[in-house]
Amino acid sequence: MKNNLLEVRNLEKYFEVSSGIFSRNKSIVKAVDGISFDIPFGSSLGLVGQSGCGKTTTARALSLLDPKTSGTVNFYNEETSSMQSIDELEDDELKKFRRNIQMIFQDPYESLNPRWNIKDIILEPLNIHNIGNLKDREEAVYEILKTVGLTPPENYMPRYPHELSGGQRQRVSIARTLIMKPKFVVCDEPTSMLDVSIRISIMDLMLNLAKELEVSYLYITHDLAVARYMCDRIAVMFNGKIVELAETEELLNNPIHPYTKRLISSIPIPDPSYKRERYELDFSELNNIIASNSNESPMAEVKSGHFVATHDVKGLL
Amino acid sequence: MKNILEVKNLSMSYNTIDGEVEAVKDVSFAVQEGESFGIVGESGCGKTSVAMSLLQLQADNGKITNGQILFDGKNIVQLNESELRSIRWSGISMVFQGAMNSWNPVVKIGEQIREAIREHYPDKSKDENTKKILELFNIVGLDSSVIDRYPHELSGGMKQRAVIALALSCDPKLIIADEPTTALDVVIQDQILNEIRKVQEVLGLSLIYISHDIAVIAEMTDNMAVMYAGRIVERGPTKEIFSNPRHSYTKSLLASTPSVVGDKVKLKSLDGEPPSLINKEPGCSFAPRCPYKEESCNPLREMELIEINTEHYVDACNAGNL
Repeated sequence: MKNNLLEVRNLEKYFEVSSGIFSRNKSIVKAVDGISFDIPFGSSLGLVGQSGCGKTTTARALSLLDPKTSGTVNFYNEETSSMQSIDELEDDELKKFRRNIQMIFQDPYESLNPRWNIKDIILEPLNIHNIGNLKDREEAVYEILKTVGLTPPENYMPRYPHELSGGQRQRVSIARTLIMKPKFVVCDEPTSMLDVSIRISIMDLMLNLAKELEVSYLYITHDLAVARYMCDRIAVMFNGKIVELAETEELLNNPIHPYTKRLISSIPIPDPSYKRERYELDFSELNNIIASNSNESPMAEVKSGHFVATHDVKGLL
Repeated sequence: MKNILEVKNLSMSYNTIDGEVEAVKDVSFAVQEGESFGIVGESGCGKTSVAMSLLQLQADNGKITNGQILFDGKNIVQLNESELRSIRWSGISMVFQGAMNSWNPVVKIGEQIREAIREHYPDKSKDENTKKILELFNIVGLDSSVIDRYPHELSGGMKQRAVIALALSCDPKLIIADEPTTALDVVIQDQILNEIRKVQEVLGLSLIYISHDIAVIAEMTDNMAVMYAGRIVERGPTKEIFSNPRHSYTKSLLASTPSVVGDKVKLKSLDGEPPSLINKEPGCSFAPRCPYKEESCNPLREMELIEINTEHYVDACNAGNL
């Protein structure tokens, strides 16, 4: 077993919403409601679930883009060779931590500044973190463009995002992320906007880079087929909670939670002679069960490495 | 079985600032009564242009340069606007891409569907129309209360179901569904696909299903066409195309689609990008990306479909021993 790079315990992120402009009544949306998982070095965890289940909120809380409500996030500190809570980090350490944790966004059309050329876009993180002199930085951009397959780099550096295709833009996003040599990258549906034939080349690129650079991923997607290709383990999320977590093939072959079964049975199979059987599930029922559940230990290990939520779903099976 | 729709050698181009874009080139296919026909391809391959031309709803700068579209034996291309209005919705209707966002936000769902029915059946009373709408809601799995709701009160999946009810409101014979589930997540997509299949069976409709997702096409269609750069490169029974794909582009599409069943396989990507269709070079448009390209290939050869098996057509270049 490899050491953990990241440990998340009971992560919660609540949002306060008011029911109207003049209303004083505030209600709380529990977007992420006490989730826990580990990410070992060089491994990738898939986070799957329907829209609105809290996948992206989790990602933003882990990347420190939004403050979490409660819970602990421990990150491996190389200097002390031990796990350190990110809440304890002081200014300088925090900046260093941010280098190690990067994010790739869903939409390559909106996440790149249209008025900057590719060189400046990739250079920006180096400028912010003040790494090397200008010559070093430009060399780093040149190298990273080669790594992500935008060759020859000198042709791409002066160009602007609108001159590139979707696949090329996503490669630029990946280059911008990896130039900081992060240990952990959060990917929020990075291929869902791309065409099928291009999608695989981006997924393969990310898999190869993970191996070469020892990067760990948290890979967010709603498509289990994509998660199967990309991830060592998969966590299934429903309404802010993780309901099942296991190694990829184990989860797909022996799903236990009814929601996981429903999700797997929803994926179209690229084979016309395959007869897919839909697993029926009453979502409002499941919602009630999860909402009324106040268990101390939310997940139980049913098999080595296979965790399932302990709320009582027998009525649904 | 009778053909409800026949498209013969359809070519279509758009006039743009940058030049002429040949979006659809020499496309032919037929849809039988009660059949479900799929069109699959990447963005910009001309799928939506074909769909729009079937209703003669192409953009102002688009024109049909060649070919015929025969619906029930009538050539749609030659019809004038008032003749077209009688075919649209009561003959052919369409579920547009992103249609769930096309509801008027300040008009109740029921009223918007009634509006469409009134246009085609002005003699029907409001009560008759309401009854019809409730029947349709029942078919697509919507609660009857939706009739008095505003679009913002519905979820994405419900709005999309209502769009399907709207498409069915004037008893069309053929429905074109252009990526009807693209903006929805997998569970909702699954429910909508199921509704569409049910509707098609119950009402005996013909369906043209357009998607970039070959897995959805596999489940939804009897026959299919694979489009690339404005042309059909392979066409035939869905089962046969999946079990015996002949065109190298079809093979690449199949090899690049992940699945949750079966052994985990290494997927193959296709190098390069689809070509620009502006002022297109003559010759085979797939040649620059073709994994089976040989020196003996003639890059200037135009694509041409030949029949290699009953009703299975493929571009002549790939019909050989690939």
